[in-house]
Amino acid sequence: MEALREAVAELTVYVHPSNAADVRRAVARQLSALLFSYEDRFDGVLLAHEVTVEGDQAKILNGLVPYFGVPVHANLLLYSPQPDMILEGKVELLGKESIHAIVLGVFSAAIMSDDIREKFKFKRKGDGGKFISWTDKQHVIRKGSMIRFSVKRVDTEMNCHITGSLIPPHTGSMIWLSIHDAEFAPEINSGKKRSSNIGIKIEQNEQDHRTDDVPFQAKRAAAWYHISMHSLILIQVLTAIAYSNSVEELERRDPNASHA
Amino acid sequence: MIDITYHHALLNNIFTMPIWYLRHDTRDALLDLITRLAAVADQFLKECLQMLVNNFTSPGSLGAFIDQPRWLARKKEIYSQLHGSLRMISDTVPLAPRMLKDIIDRSMPKLFDNKAKMVSFVECMLGLDNDRMGDLIGALLLAKVMDLLTELDVNISWEDVLQEEHNKGIFDMEIEDLDEDDDSLGKACFGGNACAEKLDGLMVVVCEHLKSCAEHGRLSKEFDILKTIFRASVLRVHKSKFAQFIMFYACSLDPEICGLEFALFLTDIFTKKEEDPISRMSAVSYVGSYLSRARFISADTVVGVLKRLVDWCVDYCDFQNKIGMSTKPINHQIFYSSCQTIMYILCFRLRSIMEYPNLKSQLFNMPFGYILTHPLEPLKVCLPPIVKEFLRQAKAARLDMFFPFDPYLLKESDRYMRPNFEFWSMVKTTYGNHNGDDDEFADLDAPEMNVGSLDDQVEIDFNSDDDLEYSMNKMSITPHRTFYHPMAMNSDAGLSMPAKIRPSVSPPL
Repeated sequence: MEALREAVAELTVYVHPSNAADVRRAVARQLSALLFSYEDRFDGVLLAHEVTVEGDQAKILNGLVPYFGVPVHANLLLYSPQPDMILEGKVELLGKESIHAIVLGVFSAAIMSDDIREKFKFKRKGDGGKFISWTDKQHVIRKGSMIRFSVKRVDTEMNCHITGSLIPPHTGSMIWLSIHDAEFAPEINSGKKRSSNIGIKIEQNEQDHRTDDVPFQAKRAAAWYHISMHSLILIQVLTAIAYSNSVEELERRDPNASHA
Repeated sequence: MIDITYHHALLNNIFTMPIWYLRHDTRDALLDLITRLAAVADQFLKECLQMLVNNFTSPGSLGAFIDQPRWLARKKEIYSQLHGSLRMISDTVPLAPRMLKDIIDRSMPKLFDNKAKMVSFVECMLGLDNDRMGDLIGALLLAKVMDLLTELDVNISWEDVLQEEHNKGIFDMEIEDLDEDDDSLGKACFGGNACAEKLDGLMVVVCEHLKSCAEHGRLSKEFDILKTIFRASVLRVHKSKFAQFIMFYACSLDPEICGLEFALFLTDIFTKKEEDPISRMSAVSYVGSYLSRARFISADTVVGVLKRLVDWCVDYCDFQNKIGMSTKPINHQIFYSSCQTIMYILCFRLRSIMEYPNLKSQLFNMPFGYILTHPLEPLKVCLPPIVKEFLRQAKAARLDMFFPFDPYLLKESDRYMRPNFEFWSMVKTTYGNHNGDDDEFADLDAPEMNVGSLDDQVEIDFNSDDDLEYSMNKMSITPHRTFYHPMAMNSDAGLSMPAKIRPSVSPPL
């Protein structure tokens, strides 16, 4: 996924004195408070962080409450979608005027009817409807399909909502693209190499079923599905952790330390 | 392309439309529009959520009719449609619940809002506490509700609960006249009576919610959340009157697991040295009152907890002996609270424990004598009159007493608590079969004062002819109405000690 990137940051996290007994936890909580919000200083949405406290010295601030600034080395996973990037998402809601998808299980994306290619016709019958391309009846977008779309606009003010478009080439339902799109299909190969564990397992499966009739490319598409599903699940777990911090809030209504 | 600024008037019409007047189909269409609008762009999301939350309560003019049967069905329908829309929005915009909880926080009914609005809002709000939405924000919603309950609770004074009905009318009239924008808190909740009614209504809603959680098998998860909330919000509230009964009811729904868990949870807080003194004392008061009053708690749980309390007291006494203690009662408040708890529990449960030989022997092995005759503590092995006697001394020593699970006085929600509640009149004691009318023990009754600043003695003769009320109020610290009318009382009438009991040896203050 183009929009995902890793970053390394040297931060100073200001911790309230009441947390001096467990600084690492306080720092982690501070950073967790930033999860899933767009941060200007990171130029993206923080998805995950890994933190190491550098040294054991911290500077105490002057002022009414003596916060102390802990120097922190952080590995950050950031999500920064930009216009014209190609993203993948799972379709959640379909309508004649719009397709709504979810990227990484957390971010909402909407594709309006103007940005859907004319060859896609909306069929309302059963299951919330689906879009079928009249040039190729196999190309179907329905609820639960994974689609590739390009980014038109990103709204960074609140929840990083994306307005997308299915007009540029190499966009549409991923299953269909993996079979019919000559340029896209090879990407699946490189996708397999990226996460080795899953790749190896699927390679073996493919060797077992090589005698089947199902096209080989479709199998690879299935592999790509697993990889993206894996990251989806990961992100959903991260979501749950972020929200569980709010339950921690109930336990300890600590005064929050100020941001770095 | 709709823009939020240019098309403000149009959007405003959509967002301020109350759905309560609409027919089913129109409502469906409108909610569908709202759902899709929310998914289209972030800028509409907040307004859409706000619109849905505003519809948690019926518009003002419907207030009077909302309890009628035909509206009840529609209300349920509307709630389920609102929940459906919110769930749909949460599916299409996964980060929406985060925004929703802030909106709900801002829109929560305030102390002085009218009862119907409060009850309606909280009922709809708690309906969100299931599925994915419940996992994400359920805990926070429940916490908000408990905060509201507690706030109402502390605004009730005893006067208002016990006072005659004729006062109610006046308060009701004045509340209706109040403009909803009036935010002068002091004036608004003058009738603690009004607060009591609102609290009563909300307790019904929360109990129903817990009941439905139990039916869907979600009680233990909910209970974990409740425990945390209780710890943070209710435990340390000074003289919380009724809000804590939420825990009582939750425990009654699953006595073996939740019921036991609560008792152990409280005992743990009491025994942990790291906890602050107020929490510890409050916890031990809670466990005493809980074990005494909760019918669903088994005798062996009671004995188990008693053992822990006694062990703690013994350790404390030993330690005091070692270091050479000071005799100032103020330094040993936690110890006195726990002794008192032990005696209180035994007053209620001793007889029932005696029926089990193994528990009986466990009990007899506990060094009550050592604790109660310890120089720190002037009490003898307790018979109920001794407890009363101890209360008197505790009052002199200015010990603050608090039995959280004293008889529940709110009328509407009483039906949830009554089946599980042990009234003193029903307790079998070890010295007699029934202590109801025995003059000797007539002193052991309701109106023991809380804070020791009162020398007013209580009048045993209740004005009411209701004997049931009389016997039910025994062994409770709910102040009697005559407390507030000292003139009416015979100032010489005191709590007299039965002659056969030795005079107590109180430490000089």
